[in-house]
Amino acid sequence: MRITVDLNKCNDHGQCVFSAPAVFSLDSDGKLSFRRKATVSYVSGELDESLRDDIEEAADVCPLQAITVED
Amino acid sequence: MHVVVAGAGMAGLRSAEALRKAGFGGELTIVGAEPHMPYNRPPLSKDGIAAAFDAAQLPFRVARAAADLNWRLGQPAVSADLAARTVTLADGAVLGWDGLVVATGVRSRRLSLPGPQAGRHAIRTLDDLTALRAELAAARHIVVVGGGFIGSEVAAAARVRGLDVTVIEPEPLPMRRPLGDELAAELLRRHEQRGVRFRLGTLPVAFEGDDRDRVRAVALSDGTALDADLVVESVGSVPNVEWLDGNGLDLADGVACDERLRVLAHGEARDDVVAAGDAARYPHPLLFGASRRIEHWTVATDSGKYAAAALARSLAGDQTESGGFAAVPTFWSDQYELRIQSFGVAGLPDVRILEGDLEGEVAVGYHHDGLLAGVVLIGLGGRYVHYRARIADTIRALTQAETTVL
Repeated sequence: MRITVDLNKCNDHGQCVFSAPAVFSLDSDGKLSFRRKATVSYVSGELDESLRDDIEEAADVCPLQAITVED
Repeated sequence: MHVVVAGAGMAGLRSAEALRKAGFGGELTIVGAEPHMPYNRPPLSKDGIAAAFDAAQLPFRVARAAADLNWRLGQPAVSADLAARTVTLADGAVLGWDGLVVATGVRSRRLSLPGPQAGRHAIRTLDDLTALRAELAAARHIVVVGGGFIGSEVAAAARVRGLDVTVIEPEPLPMRRPLGDELAAELLRRHEQRGVRFRLGTLPVAFEGDDRDRVRAVALSDGTALDADLVVESVGSVPNVEWLDGNGLDLADGVACDERLRVLAHGEARDDVVAAGDAARYPHPLLFGASRRIEHWTVATDSGKYAAAALARSLAGDQTESGGFAAVPTFWSDQYELRIQSFGVAGLPDVRILEGDLEGEVAVGYHHDGLLAGVVLIGLGGRYVHYRARIADTIRALTQAETTVL
C-alpha cells in the first residue's frame, strides 16, 4: 500500500496527522512535513498493511481530499 | 438483510462505507434528496465564491468496499414507519429495512420577509452555489444576512472578488455566540480592515425590488436600507427530520439519540435505527450533560462511522456495547488568508487566551468548570496537534470519570 498526497490541494489542516500519526506529521510551522520531500505530489514508499485503517481514515477526513491510497 | 441510509451527504456516505467495512454483507441502499453523489460542502462558501472554481473537486471518492450500494439520488425519504420498518421515498417507492441510518442533515433556514425572491440565495448545496455563481459575476453590492461562520466566509470571499460587501447581523458582533466577545471583536476588526461593512444589532425587515421584481435593496429594522443586487442568507439551518414524524421520536431539534447514537423512540433506544451527522442530537462528553447537534465537519464522518459500526454489530447479533460517541469535534473557517481552526466545543463563557495575541496568531481556550472544552486558533498551525490532544485529554478525563461513577 502506498499513498499519494497532492501538495497543491493540501492546505495543511493536519486532520491526517490526527488519524495516522505514524505516517503524517506537521512541522513546527504547521506545514505538512512531506513538503520538504516533494513540491507537487508526494508518493510514499510501501507502507505496512497494519497502518491501513489509520491511513484510510486520514484520506477520509482530509478537508481537501488530497490523499489517495493505492494498493 | 437490508440497510437503508437516509441521506447521501458525507455522514451518509461514511455510514454506508463503514457498514461494509464492519462486515455487513446485506443489501445497502443510500437515499439522497440531492441529485448529486456525496460531495464536500465546506468549499461552497469559501473557494466557491472565488472567480475561479472547479466543482469537479467536490465529490468524495467512494471506498471500494462500498462500490455495490444502491443509490437513490434525487429521491428524498418523505416518511418512515419505524414499527413496520419501512421508508417511503418522494417517488412513492416503499423500502423495507432491517436497519436504518438517519443522516438527512440540515437545510438552510430562509428568511420569511416581504419582497421579491429573485436575487436571494442560500449556500448549502451545490445547486445553491450554481445559482449564486450565475449572478455573482454581474453583482456589485452583495448583502450577507447573518454574520456567523458561513456568512463571514462568504463576505470575505466576496470582498476578495472586489465586491462591495455588507453583513447584517442581529448580534452586536459577528460569530459572537461560537467565539465569545473578545475573539469576535478581533475578527470584526480584521473584516472591517479589509473593507467589509457591518450593520450590527439590526435585522432585515423587507426586500425591495426593481421593476423586474428582482432584489435591489434590503430594508433594515433601524429604518435604513442597503443597496443590494445579490443577497446571501446565512441565517442558520433546519434539520431534515420531518420525514420521521409520527414514530414517537423527539424531533424538537434534529432527532434525539442516546450517547451511542441510537435513535430514541418513545424514550427507548432502538438498536436498529441510528443517526449521524448534522441531524443527530445526542449527549457528548463535551456537552456536559446536555444533548445537542454538533454541526462540525469532522463529526459527520466520525459519527457516521460510529453509528454504522454499532448498527452492523447489532444486525450481526453482537451484544458488545461500546463506549458512547466521543470523537473530538473539529471544524475550520477560511476568511481571507486567516485559518480559524476549532477543536472541541467552543463558545463557553469562560474564555482565556492560551497562547499568542489576539491581533496576531492566537489560541483561545473555552472552559467548563476549569476544564478545557474547546480551543479556537487563528494561525498557529504548528500547534494543532498539541491543542487537539488537550481536547482529547479532556474527553478522556470526562469519560473515565463517568465510568468510575457507574
